[in-house]
Amino acid sequence: MSAARWRRAMSPGATLPAAAAPRPAPAARMPLPAAAPDPYADSGAPRWLKFLWRHLSARHVVVAAFLLVFPFVATPFITFQIAGQALALGLIALSLTFLGGYGGMISLAQLTIGGIAGYAVSILGTSATELSLGWPWWVVIPFALVIATACAALIGWLSVRTEGIYTIMITLAFGVAFYYLALQNYTIFNGFQGFQKVYPPTVLGVDWRSPVPFYFLALACALAGYCFVKWLVRAPFGVALQGIRDNPRRMEALGFHVVAHRVAAYAVAGLMAAVGGILLVWYNGLITPNSVNTGWLINILVIAVLGGMRHPIGAFIGAVVFVLLQTFAIDLIDRERFNLLIGGVFLAIVLFSPDGLLGLWAKLRSRFGPDQVTTSPLRRQA
Amino acid sequence: MTRAQRNRWLLWLLVGGPIAVFSIWALFDNTRLYLVTLLNGLTLASLYFIVASGFTLVFGLMRNVNLAHGSLYLLGGYVGFVIAEKTGWWVLALAGGFLAAAIAGLLIQVLILRHMQGQDLRQTMVTIGLSIVIADVLLWIFTGQVHQMEAPEWLQGPIRDIPVIRAYSAYRLSLLAFGIVIGVFLWWLLNRTKVGAMIRAGVDDRAMLSAAGVNVNLVFAVTFMLGAGLAGFGGVIGAVELSMVPGEDTRLLLASLIVVIVGGMGSVVGAAIGAVILGLAETYGLAYAPTYSVVFTFVILILVLAFRPRGIMGRST
Repeated sequence: MSAARWRRAMSPGATLPAAAAPRPAPAARMPLPAAAPDPYADSGAPRWLKFLWRHLSARHVVVAAFLLVFPFVATPFITFQIAGQALALGLIALSLTFLGGYGGMISLAQLTIGGIAGYAVSILGTSATELSLGWPWWVVIPFALVIATACAALIGWLSVRTEGIYTIMITLAFGVAFYYLALQNYTIFNGFQGFQKVYPPTVLGVDWRSPVPFYFLALACALAGYCFVKWLVRAPFGVALQGIRDNPRRMEALGFHVVAHRVAAYAVAGLMAAVGGILLVWYNGLITPNSVNTGWLINILVIAVLGGMRHPIGAFIGAVVFVLLQTFAIDLIDRERFNLLIGGVFLAIVLFSPDGLLGLWAKLRSRFGPDQVTTSPLRRQA
Repeated sequence: MTRAQRNRWLLWLLVGGPIAVFSIWALFDNTRLYLVTLLNGLTLASLYFIVASGFTLVFGLMRNVNLAHGSLYLLGGYVGFVIAEKTGWWVLALAGGFLAAAIAGLLIQVLILRHMQGQDLRQTMVTIGLSIVIADVLLWIFTGQVHQMEAPEWLQGPIRDIPVIRAYSAYRLSLLAFGIVIGVFLWWLLNRTKVGAMIRAGVDDRAMLSAAGVNVNLVFAVTFMLGAGLAGFGGVIGAVELSMVPGEDTRLLLASLIVVIVGGMGSVVGAAIGAVILGLAETYGLAYAPTYSVVFTFVILILVLAFRPRGIMGRST
């Protein structure tokens, strides 16, 4: 669904410029290379080339090169266990960042959406359990995404009736309720056992669960999600969403349908969480009620807050830090005490740097470097 | 009959009708099972009420969703367990559980939450972090094994010779009494004392209360202590009935959340109503349709949210 269509559907009275025309983007403070002239400005070069020239900077190229070379240098363990997992978790956290950072709605049910998608893949597709229906993957995946997105819209529709702080409570209640449903229901969800041996299909002769292919699969999904969020928050729909975050009453007075925008944000975030959830199931190879328990619901929030919710990249930074802590906690302290470590880190971040690691970075830069703000302006939640 | 009245009748009929039909059927089918389940439901509701009333009290005054409430419940339970094991006095365990949780709550309020007054979201996240840390420290100290507390001697064993039901656990009945006593105490505290008047005033308008010369920080601290203490108190009571394992904290937190969402956030009466609804729904679900007991709870939650987004006794803020 394109943003332009959304805008037309949402605000019939408002006159806004056509989607293609340049428009002032309130959230945009991209550090444009001020000195570099834009050689493609007048030439007849294709639009995508102009777009790339305007938006790409050296750091993008460096990061992209690193991400592409990385799996061939690192050990399979690091490629799969750390990078693969971090990308999948980061995608789910990204959906929360989108909802929370740009929509002002902190939903704890994002992992539940991912879990619903994961369960859908396991139930409809193939697994070690007889309950699985064994449909082909090209039917299963769209189905799972649709189911999860619909559930996300439903959860959103019920939660947006409440505001701010209530949203956390209600989405937490939904998340825990789904956990107990999966735990107690044996006819569909296979109860405590869950589903084992849920593997990605072998497509184009590639085993997508071996480290390098899985890494690139997760990377493609994560990158798509990241670019999608970057694009969406500057599209009319995203700008309207940020307006609603800052002042819902004013937006309503301007003729925007607040509830519809919020539910749509839930649905969009749900789609991203669903993709992340499917990746996570393939990564783990199994799904059990414990994959969607309260601990994991909260871990997604921890990841998003750890990285910082003001910029989509925060979700992935948080995920990398989280997975590194999780993997190497055994070397720092007892393996059993991982929760203490992550809880402590989370507490420290919330207490001392509410904008997460990105906020810490921005603080350091403003202190020692030139004044450049790379984060989207977000009003402090009152 | 006006339209609103008719709608209200319709709603009562829609909700009450199936319940009445079910009750009549169940009464004729198996009177004893129905009544025992009713008692079980009410006693469970009583425990839920004790825990959730603390939650709703804190929320009502400070707009602070204390997601560490479940951890405080578990903390109270464990402390009570240790005290009961060392001294053998159950009443002392109750007091110890209450105090331990109250002090923990006071520390949380004074050391952390006070410094971020007005930042609801951040406060909630802090309590999430705290709940992770507290739960893990408790797991560290008490390990993952199940701890079961003994009921005091004078409450052990069943009460016999009740008509129809025949015998029922004395301890479970005492839970009902605890719930009622605490409910009455809270009503008295909120409606008949000066502190209660301050708390109620704070719920309505914090700024005005502060302008009237009341030390709002003190009122906050006292309320948070009371709310946390109630969680600990519930923990000791629940430790006998439900047993203590890591994971119980989330269960009680979820119960508290649902109770206050259904009943209306910030309202003690709402917490009582929500607790009764949740307790009855859970026990009847378990007794008559075991696989779907959670779904009942869920359906109730959705129905309430659909018709009364702020809960049954909730007011708009």
